[in-house]
Order: sequence, then C-alpha cells, then structure tokens
Amino acid sequence: MIALVNALGQATLRAFAGLGHAAYFFLDLLRYTPASLRRFGLVVDQIYAIGYRSLTIILASGFAVGCVLALQMYYALVPFGAAESLGLVVNLSLVRELGPVVTALLFAGRAGTALTAEIGLMKAGEQLSAMELMAVDPRSRVLAPRFLAGIVSMPILAILYSAIGILGAWLIAVQLIGVDPANFWSIMQSKVDVMRDIGNGIVKSFVFGVICTGVALYQGYETQATPEGVAYATTRTVVFSSLAVLAMDFILTAMMFSTS
Amino acid sequence: MNSETFIQIDHVTFGYDANRPILNDVSMQFARGKVTAILGGSGCGKTTLLRLIGGVYRPQKGRVVFDGEEVDTRNREKLYSLRRRLGMLFQFGALFTDLSVYENVAFPLREHMDLSETMIHDIVLMKLNAVGLRGAAQLRISEVSGGMARRIALARAVALDPEVIMYDEPFAGLDPISMGVTANLIRRLNDTTGATSLMVSHDVQECFAIADYTYLMAPGGRVVAHGKPEELNDSTDPEVRQFIRGEPDGPVKFHYPAAPFAEELGLPQ
Repeated sequence: MIALVNALGQATLRAFAGLGHAAYFFLDLLRYTPASLRRFGLVVDQIYAIGYRSLTIILASGFAVGCVLALQMYYALVPFGAAESLGLVVNLSLVRELGPVVTALLFAGRAGTALTAEIGLMKAGEQLSAMELMAVDPRSRVLAPRFLAGIVSMPILAILYSAIGILGAWLIAVQLIGVDPANFWSIMQSKVDVMRDIGNGIVKSFVFGVICTGVALYQGYETQATPEGVAYATTRTVVFSSLAVLAMDFILTAMMFSTS
Repeated sequence: MNSETFIQIDHVTFGYDANRPILNDVSMQFARGKVTAILGGSGCGKTTLLRLIGGVYRPQKGRVVFDGEEVDTRNREKLYSLRRRLGMLFQFGALFTDLSVYENVAFPLREHMDLSETMIHDIVLMKLNAVGLRGAAQLRISEVSGGMARRIALARAVALDPEVIMYDEPFAGLDPISMGVTANLIRRLNDTTGATSLMVSHDVQECFAIADYTYLMAPGGRVVAHGKPEELNDSTDPEVRQFIRGEPDGPVKFHYPAAPFAEELGLPQ
C-alpha cells in the first residue's frame, strides 16, 4: 500500500515537473518571439513551409466537409421546411467550430509532426548544439520564427478552410440540389455577425495555432536524440495537440457563445 | 596556471547523473597557440570535456578557466561572448542540412558580424578555399561526402578566426586520404592563425603526428598520462602501452563486467 502511494506521489511529482518545464519553455518561446520579427526572412520561409505547404490538405478537407455538411443539413432541415436556413447553418458550423477545430487537427498532423521531426533531427544531428556553441541561441534562431509562422498561418488556414467549405456547400446546395441562391447567401449576410461569429472563430484558430505550434516545438526540442525518440515525439505532438485543441475548444466555445 | 596556459581544467568532476561520474577529478592545461590532443577510448569523457570548456555543462566539482576567467554557465552574456572566441568541429560535422555549403560557412558571419554581402562572399570563399572546397560552395549538404562535410564544418568553425578551435574526433570514419588531408589542415590552420587547438580523438598515429602535447584518458574519466607524443610513445606504463599499441586486453578489460560465463550458461562449476 505504501509502495502504491509512493509510486502515485512520484508520478504526480513527475507530471507537475513536466508541466512546469513545458510552461517555462513556453514562456521562453514568447520572450524570444518578438525578436524573430527582426529575422523576417526566416519567418516568411517558415510560413511557406508550415502554412503554404498545408494548403492542399486544408482546402481539400474544407471543400469535402462543406459538401457533406450541405447534404446532411439539407436532409435534416427539409422535413421541418427550413431548407432556406441551410446557408446559415453551414456558415455558422464552419466559421465557429469546424473551421478552427478541423484546421487545427489537420495542422497538428501535417505541420506539427513536420516541425517536431525537423527539430528532433536537428537535435540528433547536433545542429542545435553546434548553434549553441557558435553563441547562437537555437530558441531565437530556430524555434521563435517557426512559432511566429505557426500562429500567423493557422488563422489564415482556418479562414480559407471555412471559405472553401462554404463554396463546397454552395455547389451542392445551390447547383446540385436547387436551393434558392439568393436565400443561401442573404441569410448568411443578415444573420452571421462579423465579430461574434467570424471574429471568435479567428480568435479560436489563433489560440489553436499557439497550442499546436508550441506543442510541436516543445516535443521536438525536448526529444530523445534517437530515431525512437523522434518517432515517439512526433506521435506525442499529434496526441497532445489534438487533446489540447479539443479541450480548449470546449472552454472557448463556452466563453464566447454563452447567451447570458 | 602560467601565462602560456590558455585553458585550464582544474580538478573537474562531472557526470550526467550523480551516481555515474564521466570525469573524475580531471586536471589539464592547454597551452596558448599549441595543438593539444586528448586521446582515449570511447566513453571516457573526451567529448564531455570539450562541452565543459564550451560551457554546455557545469562541473559538479572543480572549475574550467578560459583565458584567466572561470567559465560561468549561469551568466549567459559572458558565456556567449566566450563562445564567440571558440570554434568547434563536431564529430559528424553538425552542418545545417537546410542550408547550402556556402550558407553554412556564412552562418556565423551573418549571426555575429555586420558585414556587407560582398565581404561575406569573399570571406566564405577564402575559408572554403583553405579547406579545398571552394568549388563545392553551391552544393547542398546532402550532396557532399563525409570527408567533405568534415572540411566544410572546419571552414565554418574558423569563419570568425577563433582563438580556440576544438576538434571532436576529427578523423573518425574518414578514408586514409581524407584523414591525411584533415590532419594537415588542422596543423596548418593552427600554425597560420596562431589559434589554440584542442583535439579529441582515439586515432593515435594521426594525433601523434600533429600534436604538440598529449593527454591520455582512461575509462572512468581519469587522466592516465600526459606529455609530448614521443614521451607517451616511449612510456612503459601498461595502460598507456595498451592504448597506443591497440592491444585488446590489458589493464583496460575487453569484457564488460559480467558474471562467470559458465554460470550464465548453467554449466557445472
């Protein structure tokens, strides 16, 4: 029994120590990020690598989800005679929830794992140590530009996801099913609030950008410099980022869209 | 510590965890402007020693003195200004794989100097020319061989004309030609720049050929012997002789400590 309590205590202490270490790393990252604006070329390179190269998967997924959402919502709304609300339902689903959340999950899988593997392999190849010994702080040269690129890219990707999703929904609803196009667009125009709906969606995706990029960089930087270590770190990036995004989404939704 | 000593390791004890010391009460002195080789088998703490000099780790006991000042890993500003006076050649080059050969050598110049692009261009080509790779400037790191990578890393290490150059296993995994080229380069660079060179290696003959002074380390992180290469060559100490002659068994055992083999196989004693 004492051994069990002891093991539980040790595990708790380790968990808190790990959290403290991650928090310290994150604060450090925030401290170095403004300075990375002076290395704007590096940030642009990373926006290309992280953001632009994620476009295919984001756009394809957004389009597919928009199409399916339109179809499903049409089937659900028609029995109630509410097919004219289709545009609104699709728009709100995408800009409030699916856009930020699915983009973040895809980002964690596509760009997060790439970041973790890249930093992990740089560590394994002693590139980070070499930088340190050249009196160049890897947190400032390697991590901060990637972090900034991640938090800039994520909201843009989420906006594009929602936009292409709405286009997909328009294609299915208006072109294929025959929903009135004026209805489809005008209800969006009248009922979707720029600040409350679109603005909050962008805030969400910004927070998710911080989470996904921060987790990916932390896992890469703290990885065991072995092939197994890098493989394990990339897996943890996806798992931790996804769980954190889903948990944070619930908290943010409760805060942003409560009616009281 | 006399005025000729540039770096002093003063009774340093260090381990990655408290129960397993890598270096055990090690004391060394590296003379200004000389090539000093630190020889020893794998795992005896040679590379750790270089990292202690660079302030990557802090000794658990003792101190590292660099040009009269103790290396203080807690003072980041002082540590970074010390590191700007150092150049290090890593065992496998540690070149930045996302940059070209040219950009790798230009890296420390861009980070630490405020030079025009023309000036950077000229310095990079001069450094690459010194290691015989001016023609490879535009290649990607994935396109160069192991020996070439080592020479590019050397060009990068001396890009800022450091006062101290540390070489971590500069001959490991090189073919005989590359090995000879690298050994010549190390000696020539030292003589022309007047830098203090520290070379960690287990290649006895190459080190003896170019070193002014040699330390021999043994498992457990101790210094077994030191002196000029010819003095170590003539040593009668069994541990020194075993290492220099490459004998499989002697004071340093071939077998890792284990239970009797017959016992492990379940055979009657």
